[in-house]
Parts: sequence; C-alpha cells; structure tokens
Amino acid sequence: MAWFRRSKASIETVPQRKETPDGMWSKCDGCGEIIHRKQLELQFFTCIKCNYHFRIGSKEYLTILVDEGSFKEMDRKMRSTDMLDFKDTKQYRDRIKDSIRKTGLNDAVRTGLGKINGIEVVVGAMDFSFIGGSMGSVVGEKVARAIDKARKSKRPLIIVSSSGGARMMEGALSLMQLAKTSARLAQLSDAEIPYISVMTDPTTGGVTASYAMLGDINIAEPGALIGFAGPRVIKQTIGKDLPEGFQRAEFQLEHGFVDMVVHRKEMKETITKLLRLIWE
Amino acid sequence: MPKAVIEFEKPIVELEQKIDEMRQYSERLDISGEIKILEEKVEELRKAIYNGLTRWQKVQLARHPDRPYTLDYINTIMTDFVELHGDRCVRDDKAIVGGFARLEREIVMVIGHQKGRDTKSNLYRNFGMPNPEGYRKALRLMKLAAKFGKPIITMLDTPGAFPGLEAEERGQAESIARNLFEMSHLPVPIIVVIIGEGASGGALGIGVGDRILMMENTWYSVISPESCSSILWRSWDFKEQAAEALKLTAPDLLAQGIIDRIVPEPLGGAHRDPVQGAEILKGILLEELKKLRKVRIHKLIEKRIEKFGKMGEWEE
Ligand SMILES: [Zn+2]
Repeated sequence: MAWFRRSKASIETVPQRKETPDGMWSKCDGCGEIIHRKQLELQFFTCIKCNYHFRIGSKEYLTILVDEGSFKEMDRKMRSTDMLDFKDTKQYRDRIKDSIRKTGLNDAVRTGLGKINGIEVVVGAMDFSFIGGSMGSVVGEKVARAIDKARKSKRPLIIVSSSGGARMMEGALSLMQLAKTSARLAQLSDAEIPYISVMTDPTTGGVTASYAMLGDINIAEPGALIGFAGPRVIKQTIGKDLPEGFQRAEFQLEHGFVDMVVHRKEMKETITKLLRLIWE
Repeated sequence: MPKAVIEFEKPIVELEQKIDEMRQYSERLDISGEIKILEEKVEELRKAIYNGLTRWQKVQLARHPDRPYTLDYINTIMTDFVELHGDRCVRDDKAIVGGFARLEREIVMVIGHQKGRDTKSNLYRNFGMPNPEGYRKALRLMKLAAKFGKPIITMLDTPGAFPGLEAEERGQAESIARNLFEMSHLPVPIIVVIIGEGASGGALGIGVGDRILMMENTWYSVISPESCSSILWRSWDFKEQAAEALKLTAPDLLAQGIIDRIVPEPLGGAHRDPVQGAEILKGILLEELKKLRKVRIHKLIEKRIEKFGKMGEWEE
C-alpha cells in the first residue's frame, strides 16, 4: 500500500497479504450482511448497516490513520525466541514460525514514524491475527522503543491496541513487559509528550493492564471488548450471566475509563483535533 | 507439627510423629540410640525430598496453608506497625494490607497481599485477590511513603487480581496499569519480595521496584499452572506440565534475569520454621535497604526503569 515506504530488502521478506479465506466477500458479525471487500475498505472496515467494526490488522489501521506515504516502520525484523523452550500441545517456536508464515508478520505489533494530517507522530498498531495479539518480549520491546522514540524525537505517540493479553509461552518474561512499557510511559509523561491510546476489539488482559489504559487520552472503538479478566472467567467467578454490553467500549465510557468512543471513520480527524489542541 | 500436610511431605511427617512417640517411651526405656538413628534418617529424607521437588510441588509449597503471610512477617520482623486503610474512593480492600513500620532502625512503608487461614478469614480477605481499590490503596500508601521519604517494601502473595463484575466496573486493568506507571518513578527505594504466589498482573500490580527478591519456595508467572493448562491444553489436568513449561520457580526467574536474589528458607519451607524464615528475610531486607540508600534518587529511578527495560528476549 502507498503509505508503506519499504526498503528493497524488506520487500523480499514480507509476503503479500493474503485475501480473506472466503475471498472478496465478508459476512458482518453484527448483522449478517454480506459486504464486498472494496466496499468494506471504503467504509474503513465497518458495516454500513449496523456500524459493526471488523477486526483489522496493523497495515489496514495505519492506512486509515497515517498520511499516505509517510510511514516508516521501525524494528520490523524483530522476532520472538523460544527462550523457555515452552511446549504445550505445540512447541512455541513452531507456533511462532506458523504464525509468521500465515500472517506475513513477524509479531503482533507494528511500530514506526509517520504523519497524521501533517503532524509528526510515532505510531503503533497491533495485529490480533498474530497469536491473539499477545504481548511477549517482542511486543513489549517494540512498544518500549516506540515510546523512547516519541520521547527523544519529541513526537506524540499513538498506539492502537488489539490483544488478548500477555503471551503465556514466555512465562514471567511476558508479564514483565507490562512493567517495561508502563515504566517507559512514565518517562514519556514526565517529558510532557502526549500519548493517545486507541482500544479496538478486543483489548484485554496484560495490554489493558499496561499501555492501553495509560493514555493521556483513551479512545475506544464502538462495541470493542475492553477489560482485564475475560468474560468467560468472570462468568465462572460470579456464576451468573453477564449483563448486556458488559466490558464493551460504551460500558468503559460509562464507568470512566475511556474519554470517548469514536467511530473508525472519524478516528483520524478526532486524533488530529486532539493533537492540535494539546500539541501544536 | 504442621496442621496441613502435602502428599510429598507425608513420609517426613510420619517419621517425625514416630520419633515423638518414641520420646514419650524413652522416659521408661533407654532407646536414645534408636531415636538418634531415626532423627538422622528424617534429616536425610528431608534433604532428599525437598531438594528434588518438581516445579508443581514448589507451587504447592508456595500455597501451603501454614505458610507465613504478609502480616506474619510484619509481626515477626517489624515493630510499631500502624496499619492504614482505604483508597479514599470506594472502600478498604482487605486483600491488601499496608502501613508504616520499623524494621530495626529503618522506618518503612510495608504493603502486601493478605490471605486468610480458614474459610472465614479467607472470605474476609477474598483469598488474597484484590479489587481495584486494593491497588489504589497501595498506591495511596506508596505516595505517602514518597512524601515522607520512607522506603517501600512490598510482599507479593496472590492467586491473582479478583476476576469479578465490580472489579471490572471499577477498572481492575486501569488500577494495575496505574501502579506500574507510578511505581516505576516513585522517588524512594522499593524492595519487592515474592513470599508465596506471584500470579500475573495481580501480583505485579505492587511488584515494580529496585530489588526483586523471591523466597525459595514461591512461584511467579504470567498465569497460574491451572489456568495455563485450561487454556493451552483445554483441560484442567495438565497443571504439572504447565508448571514445568512456565518455568516459574525462584531459580528459573533468577536465570531469566527477572529477580535479583533468592531468599533461602528453612529446609522444607518457611512454614516449617516461620520465625527462622522471617529472620533470614529480615537480614536480607536490611542489607538491600542499606545498598539502595547509597544511590541518589534520580539515579535510582533511572536504573529501575532500565532494569525492567532489559527484561525479555528477542532476535533482530
Ligand atoms: Zn452489520
């Protein structure tokens, strides 16, 4: 895509994004409407009928957010190692390899420099398709470096989250990424550089309990599941069905944990407006 | 005599009971020789069993119902403890306790998860599982410590942050994230000790510091072996394998560069001799505090952030 200014070397190692398995047509999970991919793209991957926000990858999100041709990716080659030699029903290193092959990504976050309506920013977006958007050492380190970059280059930081939480296969090391990223955000905050967190469906567990909830401004997409514990676990704990809309973006707005719920088609303009108020 | 016995402790406890019985006879019969032989045998058995524990068995030791909890350590090694309550917002969370106390000549803010010993006290303590107000109380107390220039000691022992409906309504995730953020640049020394169970964000929520100590028979990881088993194996039956895979013991975490030091426990675990266990911890806390006192505050914060910055492994 046009925003994606790659070096020659990177073109060789990044496979083309595959089409959705069911081809050019997608079914809306919200209302069942069948929508053509071209139309979806024009609608920022939201349903024209019911406003359902489709889960999209970092590439799509950055296309929506960042000015065309302005994105320069950082740390693209960083990959996870199977440092604990972790094996459940599958060896972790095989899981990584398979995910890399399937998604064409190296891990669950893409970070870089870019412009949003001309404002220079550091921006990151997560990929839920890569092991559930889980945060291990690579996500933690890439986010930490993006925060550092924002602080040192004095650019606002925007991170779009989508994650099931910390990556179990890295044990306590993945847990420590919560502390690593939060500590860097404290430094960024002390340097008085703004950070806008955008939470998309779903943002749960360790990512919510670290950088996703620590925005100077927290924005959520409509209907996004946002929480600490997963709904299944909570249901087990309380032994009752969960109320309608529990842990959704609107629930988080009502309880005071996000500043606003913003439709994806208005995301770029909203962020621009905010940055012009607090930064420019 | 321990009230509760884990399966692998049984041979030891049985032999100890036998020795006790024989001691009663020994008033009438001279069997001191036999007793001595048995005592040597039990000592060998202890070493053999406790030095060869699997990771899952260590998890069981960390959860031993007789194991000392935060308030036990405070009462054993500290004086003048004044407990402070409440987050000034919602309520007082009983799963986290904290307050000022003296540790020898040092005045510290001590904060820790608190479990109960029986059903009643466990319900009162919510099994050591905090709600957001627990983390917010902890943060309030830590800021108080910073205001008066007192170092902070936190003790981690939780099966996890409480996964409840109200916990979510009141922002469990935000409360933990906020603590990680604030603790990383708090202008006083912070020592963290894992004294029992260190389950995920619920533990880390009071676990950012300059020195991370871990008692010998404790565990610390991103998830409990049971939950890990249920998610990755889709069954509750693989907790032993999950414990092995997670590499969650003190030596594991030392090798991973997450903790700085292992606090030795009396043979068989801190519950076998709680006073001795507490004294060992006290000695190490004083030693570490003394070292941290020498570092200038801005340097201390820089090093703290850098410390967590180095954690993890990747290739590029
Ligand atoms: Zn729809």
